[in-house]
Amino acid sequence: MKRIYLDSNSAMPTRREVVEEMLPFFTEHYGNPSSIHELGKKPRRAMEVARERVASLIGSDPSEIIFTSGATESINLALRGPIPFRGPGKDRIVISQADHQSVRATSAAIENSGLRRSVLELDGSGRISMEEAERTIGEDVYMVSIPFASHEVGTLQPLGEVLELVKEHGALFHIDLTTSAFQIPFDVKELDADLVTLSSVDLMGPKGVGALFVRKGTGISGLIKGGGHERGLRSGSENIPGIVGFGAAAEYVKQNMSIYSPRLCSIRDHLIKGLLGIPDSHLNGHPKSRLPNNANIRFDYVEGESMLLLLDMNGISVSSGSACTQKNLEPSRTLLSMGLRHEEAHGSLQFTMNPDNTMEDAKYVISIMPEIVEQLRDMSPLYNP
Amino acid sequence: MTRLEYTKKVLEHFKNPRNVGEMEDADAIGTVGNPVCGDMMELSIKVEGDKIEDIKFRTFGCASAIATTSMLTELVKGMDLKDAENIKWADVVKGLEGLPPVKVHCSLLAVEALKAALYEYYRKKGINRTDLKPRDDEGDEHHGDSEKACGPLI
Ligand code: FES
Repeated sequence: MKRIYLDSNSAMPTRREVVEEMLPFFTEHYGNPSSIHELGKKPRRAMEVARERVASLIGSDPSEIIFTSGATESINLALRGPIPFRGPGKDRIVISQADHQSVRATSAAIENSGLRRSVLELDGSGRISMEEAERTIGEDVYMVSIPFASHEVGTLQPLGEVLELVKEHGALFHIDLTTSAFQIPFDVKELDADLVTLSSVDLMGPKGVGALFVRKGTGISGLIKGGGHERGLRSGSENIPGIVGFGAAAEYVKQNMSIYSPRLCSIRDHLIKGLLGIPDSHLNGHPKSRLPNNANIRFDYVEGESMLLLLDMNGISVSSGSACTQKNLEPSRTLLSMGLRHEEAHGSLQFTMNPDNTMEDAKYVISIMPEIVEQLRDMSPLYNP
Repeated sequence: MTRLEYTKKVLEHFKNPRNVGEMEDADAIGTVGNPVCGDMMELSIKVEGDKIEDIKFRTFGCASAIATTSMLTELVKGMDLKDAENIKWADVVKGLEGLPPVKVHCSLLAVEALKAALYEYYRKKGINRTDLKPRDDEGDEHHGDSEKACGPLI
């Protein structure tokens, strides 16, 4: 059976050319970049090339890129690292319901340690409301963290407007670029964020590696202590093959984004249109202002995990906002914040693509989906046509 | 079996659930759970003498909810009422060759629905079997109380 992968938010395939670039760094150039002898040289240089490539993707200086073990670590460093340097009276962090769980969990831990936290709610389209942001962001805030786009429904966030507020109140601005970096250009010279989280796997690079952009002059202390790697902000011998792959992926994305992103948009729109042909189905998130690779649809009266499994049996991989698919059995906070009821969140499916997806994939999903929804509605006590 | 994976047996019941649907001439219908909290289960029974002659279910829930209820209906169809009362979630889980820990609560829902149907059956006959009374029969009262509707978080 052909496998159609539409769960790219969970993981993306690593590009072959990226893997090729990584391979010599396992078996040939395996030295430690901190070593002075000959075997330290290649990895050291390769790491700096990778740093330049990642920096160039977001228009930063290479010295502003700190390699980490992935987005979660970058987010932890971004949110907690500046705490010792925050100004007097600045003891609150502001995040949003559009954020990934790692931002929520990290900020919750910050709250538990004695600081305060505010969480911005979303409007019906999945966007944070500027009115609420204006009310919430004050002089006591040391950090505002907003994702480029909602992780789940893909709605783009008003970063420029938030940035103004943040600067007005002398806070730091962290942007989580995880889901958008491979598909929408971003430049730290145009948007004056202090901290930016990047993840390699979300650029079609290897897993287990990420980066945090730290603007020059930002007061921040590292969380992982040791040999003082990465300017003392992230100790631990560098994951050289991973970093090399990350750099190669960043390069690929930079060169090819303008080719595949418009294509993803048309596949996405086709998919959305086709699925909305099913009665009592709705689009979650903004119809236009959304990530090119994200279609999030809910089907009334049915539960997400059941749909997910039936799709899986037909060779299609997706994920769901249903409580039944979560470890904690809670429905998606993002969807609830957008005003959906629990049972509506239950019936939501998230289709996320990568450049390998084709229009044929969308067509296949559209051909399979009605039967699956019908089959489950037939056994749903909520459905009384 | 890993924490997330279903057994073949669960998937088989999920794919081909037995005894699905509504029952026109049901003697009693038990409905438990709350869509606000997540799951909802409806179970109809037809009683002939002291036996459960026929049984049907509808559910708004995950694959585990579908499979466990399907399994339960297979177990109790043709069973004496007395024995049906004593069905435990563990019997259902055993029949399915196990469930991921996080999904065990769905089998509780199936058993609760059966008890609710039996309670209703006796109530109609003028017998008040409080021991079978569903815990959650007061509509929206448990709004947001997911522990209750979705069972214990394991
Ligand atoms: S019905 Fe929600 S987890 Fe089973």
